Amino acid sequence: MKTGARTLIEALQREGVDTIFGYPGGVVLPIYDELYDSSIRHILVRHEQAAAHAADGYARASGRVGVCLATSGPGACNLVTGIATAYMDSIPVVALTGQVPTALLGNDAFQESDITGITMPVTKHNYLVKDANDLDQVIREAFYVARTGRPGPVLVDLPKDVSTSVVKGNRPLPETVSLRGYQPTYEGHVRQIDKAIDLLVGAERPLVYAGGGVVLSEASPELLEFIETAAVPVTTTLMGLGAVPGDHPLNLGMLGMHGTQSANYAVTECDLLIAVGVRFDDRVTGKIETFAPNAAVVHIDIDPAEIGKNKKVDVPIVGDVKAVLRAILRRMKKRGDTANWVARINTWKAQFPLRFRDDERLHPQYVVRQLSDVLQGEGIITSEVGQNQMWTALYYRFTKPRTWITSGGLGTMGYGFPAAIGAHFARPDLPVVDVAGDGSFQMNIQELGTVAHYKIPVKVVILNNMYLGMVRQWQELFYDRRYSYTELPPVDFVKIANAYGVEGIRVEEKGGVREAIETALATDGPFVLDFRVEREENVFPMVPAGAAINEMIGVREE
Amino acid sequence: MKSHTLSVLVENRAGVLSRVAGMFSRRGFNIESLAVGPCEEPNMSRITIVVNGDDGVVEQVTKQTNKLIDVIKVSDLTERESVERELALIKVAAESGTSRAEILQIAEIFRAQVVDVGSKTLVLQVAGDTGKIDALEKLLRQYGIKELVRTGKIALLRGAKTVKSSK
Repeated sequence: MKTGARTLIEALQREGVDTIFGYPGGVVLPIYDELYDSSIRHILVRHEQAAAHAADGYARASGRVGVCLATSGPGACNLVTGIATAYMDSIPVVALTGQVPTALLGNDAFQESDITGITMPVTKHNYLVKDANDLDQVIREAFYVARTGRPGPVLVDLPKDVSTSVVKGNRPLPETVSLRGYQPTYEGHVRQIDKAIDLLVGAERPLVYAGGGVVLSEASPELLEFIETAAVPVTTTLMGLGAVPGDHPLNLGMLGMHGTQSANYAVTECDLLIAVGVRFDDRVTGKIETFAPNAAVVHIDIDPAEIGKNKKVDVPIVGDVKAVLRAILRRMKKRGDTANWVARINTWKAQFPLRFRDDERLHPQYVVRQLSDVLQGEGIITSEVGQNQMWTALYYRFTKPRTWITSGGLGTMGYGFPAAIGAHFARPDLPVVDVAGDGSFQMNIQELGTVAHYKIPVKVVILNNMYLGMVRQWQELFYDRRYSYTELPPVDFVKIANAYGVEGIRVEEKGGVREAIETALATDGPFVLDFRVEREENVFPMVPAGAAINEMIGVREE
Repeated sequence: MKSHTLSVLVENRAGVLSRVAGMFSRRGFNIESLAVGPCEEPNMSRITIVVNGDDGVVEQVTKQTNKLIDVIKVSDLTERESVERELALIKVAAESGTSRAEILQIAEIFRAQVVDVGSKTLVLQVAGDTGKIDALEKLLRQYGIKELVRTGKIALLRGAKTVKSSK
């Protein structure tokens, strides 16, 4: 006699699931009872939101599907922020939620919420399973939909009676999933590819604008070969950091609102923009009319709906970034002459390096640089959202894909710490560091309990300025320094960490930074580093909202 | 800005209409009319949606609709030869003999059928394109429309062409 819960566990094992992040509750007890003696490891988080972020971090670090589990009603609702975060960044996550028994559905039963209705706008797809005999098929479809095409979160809602009921017989499961309404295009159209190559060969100032899609499709080697073969400079989005080595001579670093001067100038001057796995997000483009104003645009993306959504495209190529780049490399017979353009870009890079006031005081950028120097790219960095995120994006040198895990699209404060937990289980061989702000860290600070409980060796680097720093920066620049509700009182993060059984150090002077980072990394378990940094430091360069991206502020003109 | 008629073939599953309509509303696409019902295959339904917008908007609408897993095919019938119909039931006040006679005359001209006769009202049923129903409605207003219901537009391609799952 096999129950729905047993079927679920077996289906998860068949999908290769080794870790689930979750939180038990009434209607998922049958599932938890099956988990109790299954081979699947379950990590008990302290808040369901963290379970969703951990599953997301696991997925980003490993390239596999992350799984989280919550009970119905409040448990399911607490997943929503995490699911929305994964949705905005196209991360494959399967969220399993308990639901009240089917007989009570729609009756406003205790801990009932219409979670499929609630998550419709933030999932790639979702399911309410009403018959345990459908479970096998639904789980297989859910994982397939989550990881194929443009990846994304899928939610499966499981009423309690579905988990407890007996599954009849063994309905054979087809080897492959076939959904007539879902047929992603992987290979790019050859004629379009040739058009793109013609434009590239004829271009004088071509530029590649690469994003998270490159990381998701594991296309970093192809992208690198492409930019080197064609001698095209590349700029990456926040989500694309690590797709190209940070110190590659053709890499201009990040573009957009907090992009480098050279990247933003290059976009403005280029005559051909090859957009690869990106979606022309407004944080990247600034005022869209002035984004790459003189360029022909080639857009490679697996999601046809992204092409032409924000920016008019001359050559659309729908397909998997990896497959399309391979086809381009195969079909490209000659390359254009970009020597002058590359020289111009190198002049910008030399003229406008990223810099901060590196005096005797403790500047957050200095902390990030030190962390970068210590880790040398051999580790995974997660971040919270705000100034800490942008300083890390700018001053940490990412050399490999999947080593930078951040909430780009939704901008979820509280994301980085639980995501780091997930990343650790995906890559236990690598050190994992969450760079946090004091504001963001307090959004999921309860996960100190989780890292203490399982001795998860995640390190937290808090750039503590006792402000909601990025909001304060906007208030300083655009609201006449009226710091309305952005100042946070001092918090003794070391004491909080200690209370959970986690070690920590507070650092108030520049001299102590390096040693503190090394101590944290040398410690076996979790560690919290509380850096009391310059309070009113800003993230520069910055493009004010609504401006063109070459209109940066906070830059020193040479 | 003009109206586009989209024919959307979907899996006949619980919640599909909500997925489609919800996608329209949250992305700010304005639905003018929406009609849904079973189609020639038992496990599919056909939704006909009239949406207003320029070509860029309609392209986005089409692509975003296509992205939904339960959507099998989306076709824009606007620029193609198609038959479009809408059905309306109109309950109109017909208190005096004069107005009753006039209403019946108008109904005949519009090929509307009387489907209910009350002592003080008539219910007319009319099928046709949106313009025809608008015109009838306007004419009947002077007598007093008590209640009115329209189905939203449904449409099919003319001739042998069909909007079928190509998959």
